[in-house]
Amino acid sequence: MTTEIASGNQGSQAGTSDDGPTSTGSRTTRVLGILTLIGFGLLALYGLVISPADANQGDAVRIMYVHVPSATFAYTGCFLTTLGSAVYLWKKSQWWELVAYASAEIATLFTAVTLVTGMLWGRPTWGVFWIWDARLTSTAMLLLLLLGYLAVRRLPAEYSVRAKRAAIIGLLLVPNVIIVRQSVQWWRTLHQKPTLFSNGLGSAISGTMLTSLFIGFVVVGLLFAWLLIHRFRLAWLEEQVADQGLDVAIAERRAEGVAEAGTSLPHTFTPGEATP
Amino acid sequence: MIRDALLVAGKDLRLEARSRVALNQVLPFALLVLVLFAFALDPDRGLLEKATPGLYWVAVLFSGLLALQRSFSVEAADGNGDALRLSGLDPAGIYLGKVLAVSVQLLVLEVLLLVGVAVLYSTHLGGWLLLASTVVVATAGIAAAGTLYGVVAAGLRVRETLLPLLLLPVLAPVLIGSTRAFEAALAGTPSEGWPWVGLMGVFAVLYVVAGVLGFGPLLEES
Repeated sequence: MTTEIASGNQGSQAGTSDDGPTSTGSRTTRVLGILTLIGFGLLALYGLVISPADANQGDAVRIMYVHVPSATFAYTGCFLTTLGSAVYLWKKSQWWELVAYASAEIATLFTAVTLVTGMLWGRPTWGVFWIWDARLTSTAMLLLLLLGYLAVRRLPAEYSVRAKRAAIIGLLLVPNVIIVRQSVQWWRTLHQKPTLFSNGLGSAISGTMLTSLFIGFVVVGLLFAWLLIHRFRLAWLEEQVADQGLDVAIAERRAEGVAEAGTSLPHTFTPGEATP
Repeated sequence: MIRDALLVAGKDLRLEARSRVALNQVLPFALLVLVLFAFALDPDRGLLEKATPGLYWVAVLFSGLLALQRSFSVEAADGNGDALRLSGLDPAGIYLGKVLAVSVQLLVLEVLLLVGVAVLYSTHLGGWLLLASTVVVATAGIAAAGTLYGVVAAGLRVRETLLPLLLLPVLAPVLIGSTRAFEAALAGTPSEGWPWVGLMGVFAVLYVVAGVLGFGPLLEES
């Protein structure tokens, strides 16, 4: 019943002991983690100190260095989920299904971060926390679609049931996102002039602002990868525990059955036994 | 496949004709939603008239959820699900049959709701071709997506809460499109509504294809 995750370890062993993995860390994740931490320090330096405030948006533009990469990687995670679901449905590969699940969860987190940072940016810039423009609305819809996927994936049911149903939802995730984005975009632009403030950094960004944004992309990307690896391994271990739990329960039942064979207690049914 | 679809659709519609659940419960619920909107939006302020298309389609969506839940709960009782699986019917045919049955019920509901808004919200109906086309493609989309997501939620204890969560974000484009198309029809500018009908047509086609392909594997172990 165990599944090999060798290909997921990228060549390095997960932290192990004689009883099995004790953590989801490994050399790969430690390197990634340290790089991410250094990157965040660099991002803070560039984003908060070195790069200038924007002419229109003031200091609020600094939120963009985290907001834009978060959005990008939320959609990346979304795409990974659909890809993983497709491969799972095609080849029944648990590895890909777990990638889909882990990726969806990370994408949900990043979508939430995108929305919150967007709202924090919006308050000083537009004066309100929320406007129903195309991009914000689409991102909110993305969050809802992802939550639907997670709800199905976390059903109290057997793995094969959960995985197959979640995979169908996951497979339709990217098409749904595309259709929703398109219709929301159409809706918000057909009868209106384009919004006065673009949702990004304005028409031309250059110099240290561009550098900060680039660092933001790199750092958030590293964070995404780090979280994904850990979440994937955690999901794998969860499935192993679930399988193991069943084996342990069956063994205990059998032991009880043997122990009671010599007493006058009512006979305990063990799987595989014919009813007396 | 078509023969199986008609068989299943006939079965579902006959069930409905005999039990009259959609007529006695779903339709009154839809009208109730219209009335609740009047309570919420205060008829004197002219909001109801302005928001009629949106309110109409929200009422349709909520009632559609009930109709879809019903479509699958009839399969859950008395081991019908197993009977359906063992019947040898083509799963794609079963899917199309269920879509057809739900569509028929929804179409009846929507026509009656149109009467409802005409009376309750004093809507002056016009642009009939656009209205009719919108109703048809939107219903197809709701039924197609709803039946596919319905089978994902079928057979689970949590299905009543899961189906709305799954389906409503997916149907957001249908809500947007049908509302805009209705607005265009009622405002007398139908040319603005036809692109939305096109979008919803694409949506419906996409989901019918997805349903035909995906229904079989999902039916196997629901």
